[in-house]
Amino acid sequence: MDSSAIGWSGLALSLTLVAVAVGLSLWRGLRLEKDMLWATGRALVQLLAVGYLLVFVVDPDTPVAWAWVWVVVMVGVASLTARRRAPEVPGILGLTLAATSTSAALSLFVVFGLGVYPVVGRAVVPIAGMMIGNSIGSIVVACRRVIGEMADHRAEVEARLALGQPWQDASKPFVRVALRTAMTSQIENTKAVGLVFLPGAMTGLILAGADPVDAVLVQAAIMYLILGCVATNVVIIGLGLSRRLFTPDHRLVRLARAAA
Amino acid sequence: MVGPSGAGKTMLLRLLNRLEVPTAGEVSYRGRPLDELDPLALRREVGMVFQRPAPFPGTVRDNLLVADPDAGEDELVAALRSAGLEARFLDRSADELSGGESQRMCLARTLVTQPAALLMDEPTSALDPDVRRRLEHTARRLADDGRPLVWVTHDLDQCARLADAVVVMIAGGVATGEDRDRFLAGDSETGGDDDEDDDEDEEARRG
Repeated sequence: MDSSAIGWSGLALSLTLVAVAVGLSLWRGLRLEKDMLWATGRALVQLLAVGYLLVFVVDPDTPVAWAWVWVVVMVGVASLTARRRAPEVPGILGLTLAATSTSAALSLFVVFGLGVYPVVGRAVVPIAGMMIGNSIGSIVVACRRVIGEMADHRAEVEARLALGQPWQDASKPFVRVALRTAMTSQIENTKAVGLVFLPGAMTGLILAGADPVDAVLVQAAIMYLILGCVATNVVIIGLGLSRRLFTPDHRLVRLARAAA
Repeated sequence: MVGPSGAGKTMLLRLLNRLEVPTAGEVSYRGRPLDELDPLALRREVGMVFQRPAPFPGTVRDNLLVADPDAGEDELVAALRSAGLEARFLDRSADELSGGESQRMCLARTLVTQPAALLMDEPTSALDPDVRRRLEHTARRLADDGRPLVWVTHDLDQCARLADAVVVMIAGGVATGEDRDRFLAGDSETGGDDDEDDDEDEEARRG
């Protein structure tokens, strides 16, 4: 495993490219130097903190309960992140909590309940992290698409309501389009994997000296899990969010469009 | 119902259909407050036609079936006829209709729910004068057949041609007395029949 450790000197050398970036910013007057240095420092501190915590959690002597505590914290942080990225979505915090915890529970059940991996901290934390991390993006996209479709087709939705359709029926065609859009990008990612980019887990395993075919098996399993997670998240968001966009007496609420 | 743009005509119509609820006061239908009635049943009882036609995807038949999936061919044809369209339109694609045809289809779609009354929000504002007159005749006939019809317009001439009774709305309220007379006499420059201020109405209702 020696070839996989780059050590502090290796890390220092990789900073050369940050120096190049800072230099370019100074040269073109972009005024991003401070931001870049802050991001560089912050990333290191955050990752180091996580690293030392991981040392504790993956230690075979540490009770596996700590790994589950970590998972719960990740679900919470993911929900807060989703809210920060899409503050215009009503009730996004609760929706994200529901979606990430359901999809994480499902995928962790498949991995550990069916015995793909043994239930040890070394497996629980990284796999949960990948599932939950990928969930955030799909949740934000699903929220934006549902609200966007409903705002773009407000006239049609209200025409349906005015014909006496309940909101579930009046919104159905638009929720369907939104959920399709939100899921399509993950399907495309799954198709393109390996052709354009080598995904992180696989890259890491290969760098760490694992057999590439073993790395591929792990990566494929992860891609399938992520696809399942994304589908779960998107459907939960679609059902949960669309009911928040209507009042109990079947009126479409006013919708704020996303800033970006 | 007539008044300058931004007077709240569209808002009032939406209140009648319960697409909005009042922040104060009460809307009643046949003596009963709307919040005691099933909103979906009310909307089928008091049909609404919007300012701009909103065709759904598919054929005219698909559109009419949204209003009542169990409607038979006879009912669809009857609704089309009442709205001034012939039976052959049923298999036309809804997004290929002209503006006037599309608005008639929306009227027919509403008629499929067998409403007891109709609300029409400036239904002719996007139509040519010729087509406009024909839709007015259609509305007149529906009203003469015993279906009360609230027609919103900012066009005083149209109001004079169509109305049995006139409600004047100005600045969010019903105008009476001198204000009403002055508006109906056309003293205000807002009585024209152009379309350009429709968007302001739209703005007004979105708040």
